Amino acid sequence: MQKKSKALLGLASALMLSSALPNLAKADELTLCWAAWDPANALVELSKDFTAKTGTTMKFEFVPWTNYADRFLNELNSHGKLCDLIIGDSQWIGGSAENGHYVKLNDFFDKEGIKMDDFVPATVVGYSEWPKNTPNYWALPAMGDVVGWTYRKDWFERPELKTEFKEKYGWDLAAPKTYDQLKQVAEFFQKREIDGKTVYGASIYTERGSEGITMGVTNVLYSWGFQYEDPKKPYEMEGIVNSAEAIKGLEFYKSLYDCCTPPGSSNVYMVESADAFKSGQVAMQMNFAFTWPGLYKDEKVGGDKIGFFPNPAEKAHFAQLGGQGISVVSYSDKKDAALQYIKWFAQPDVQAKWWELGGFSCLNSVVKAPGFATSQPYAQAFLDSMAIVKDFWAEPSYATLLQDMQKRVHNYVVAGNGTAQEALDGLVEDWTEVFKDDGKI
Amino acid sequence: MNISNSIVEQAADATARSTPVSVARRVRGLSDSAIAWVFIAPAITLLLAINIFPLIWAIYLSFTNYRANRPNAAVEGVGLRNYERVLTDPDIWQAMQTTAHFVFWTIILQTVIGFTLAYLIDRKFRGHAFWTTIILIPMMLSPAVVGNFWRFLYEPQIGLFAYAVSWLSGIPTSDIRMLGDVSLAPWAIIIVDTWMWTPYVMLICLAGLRSIPDYIYEAAEVDRASAWRQFWSITVPMALPFIMLAVLFRGIENFKMFDMVTLLTGGGPGSVTEVASITLKRAAFESWATGRASAFAIILFVAVFGLANIYVKALNKVKQR
Repeated sequence: MQKKSKALLGLASALMLSSALPNLAKADELTLCWAAWDPANALVELSKDFTAKTGTTMKFEFVPWTNYADRFLNELNSHGKLCDLIIGDSQWIGGSAENGHYVKLNDFFDKEGIKMDDFVPATVVGYSEWPKNTPNYWALPAMGDVVGWTYRKDWFERPELKTEFKEKYGWDLAAPKTYDQLKQVAEFFQKREIDGKTVYGASIYTERGSEGITMGVTNVLYSWGFQYEDPKKPYEMEGIVNSAEAIKGLEFYKSLYDCCTPPGSSNVYMVESADAFKSGQVAMQMNFAFTWPGLYKDEKVGGDKIGFFPNPAEKAHFAQLGGQGISVVSYSDKKDAALQYIKWFAQPDVQAKWWELGGFSCLNSVVKAPGFATSQPYAQAFLDSMAIVKDFWAEPSYATLLQDMQKRVHNYVVAGNGTAQEALDGLVEDWTEVFKDDGKI
Repeated sequence: MNISNSIVEQAADATARSTPVSVARRVRGLSDSAIAWVFIAPAITLLLAINIFPLIWAIYLSFTNYRANRPNAAVEGVGLRNYERVLTDPDIWQAMQTTAHFVFWTIILQTVIGFTLAYLIDRKFRGHAFWTTIILIPMMLSPAVVGNFWRFLYEPQIGLFAYAVSWLSGIPTSDIRMLGDVSLAPWAIIIVDTWMWTPYVMLICLAGLRSIPDYIYEAAEVDRASAWRQFWSITVPMALPFIMLAVLFRGIENFKMFDMVTLLTGGGPGSVTEVASITLKRAAFESWATGRASAFAIILFVAVFGLANIYVKALNKVKQR
């Protein structure tokens, strides 16, 4: 009896091993890591073509935005092998390049004839290069994204509102071209009764915990003339970050928050802003372009009811860059297969399909194609926005720099502590300390 | 007689077989203490691996410039520099003050309300078991659920809390911004923590009240002591060790408060609700200033450990009275 049991056990073990071994040896499976959002679902759909063509099965590891940076930066820092490919945030490039997390792609691009000139220049700088503005590539631009605005076109087109607005402000109620106009529109709609419901002017980013308010306030700061450093003296920030123009820009953002946002808007980022718009609460909404396809499809506020416009201008005209590039993780055991995926993804026909499915291609041949601007109602606003992008620091210490800005700006804009001058002076002190720690100044 | 003898012998045999000596004999000459170590060793190893080693490692890191996101960079000793920076950082002192504010008010409220509830439940009125169960529900929920649930309750436009306050005070709901107002946000978190953890304090206090023997009250009745006198001379002193125990547990827990603050305010508005644990998490896992974060963690550990020790000594004195 005992012998029988042992024999059965041995047989079972052998069966288990024989079924497990092929999986262990299997090299034709790739894991791609990204955030859990609509474009990721589009990528799953798109990647089926890659599997059909190469036989390589694609596995996906998607993490909600709230945990995205924590989860994957931990994975990279611990030299984990979970991800063969990663679509990492634009700010990660510096740290990931300097710490050896990403494979440098220059030789691969040269060998495969992939040219960075074929991609929108701003996305190459933002998603691929480190150091910035040098031909050192660590990612292929994958998902173009930028902050812009959606508005309630149906409200803007109401004759009685148009007349009232024209009488009050002297210009036609339409998508604003300047921030002053944007504020006027927001004030006009603030606490207005529309269809029996109280509505508000605008939803803007104010989130404290991750990067929200920084991604919001920078749009305005850039347009008022804010710069990160003296273009002639790297890391020289005194009088640049806290310039008189930057102070005015920050004061404007606070005034917009105070006058024209819905009650309880003290911790708003992408999801909350989209929700405020979808629930018919606000006339305008600041948000990344990736939300636009979903909002356009929304039954209540989408279709003919929604309009899109790029950031308004002021002294200058800029928009905060979002989006990501796709990189090969240097700790992966399947780097060759991962590079093949990038090669496949860079093809013009694949990029065209990527745009059709809801991804935002960065390939010139797609975005400059004759018909692109009219291919979707938001395509023109996306193009206009991508032409004016600017990004946050991409330094290896970007996270500390980001936290400092979150703290200083939230303290002033939302908590109402101190002045804009004090907030930006404090920011210069914080950032100077970070760069001193890094040995850069 | 023979039968019972054989039963006794069998029992004796069984006992002998189950003695450690016989076990030791079976495992080839191992002594009892050796066998004891064999059984205890996994637990001790685990404890060393997950508690003691990380602590020693953190102490070591606190004297270095190590950054977890730059594993290839050279690790250099920086002496007491990390400690100096932590102790002179105004943001960290601000976070410590915020933490102390939370700990103070949550303990006061939870102890007063928890003891009052325990006192009422201890009266054993009709349906007291039902009400005990109802009161305990918040404690059994996950902090993630509680945080999200209260975030909606505090919502100025649709939240029930805002409606209730508006109805009582006449202030418009849109002006009741519990999470966005600098002066209200800390109280918003204190209210939620009190709602969730008062039942826990109540349970401990109830155990204390139930442990007071009835004959003491009977003797007091014979002496014609008033209800007020019985409360202050019998109930409070005898339940005091339990109350102090509850304060100790809640104090340590609230010193580490993280989840509720993250879910409700993320540390804002500004840095008004940024407690020490959030500052520590940001330094360690967002800024990746591992050495400095380790120094901060050690300082927090020493502070909590020191205060808890002083408190436990006071608790023991109260118990000995």
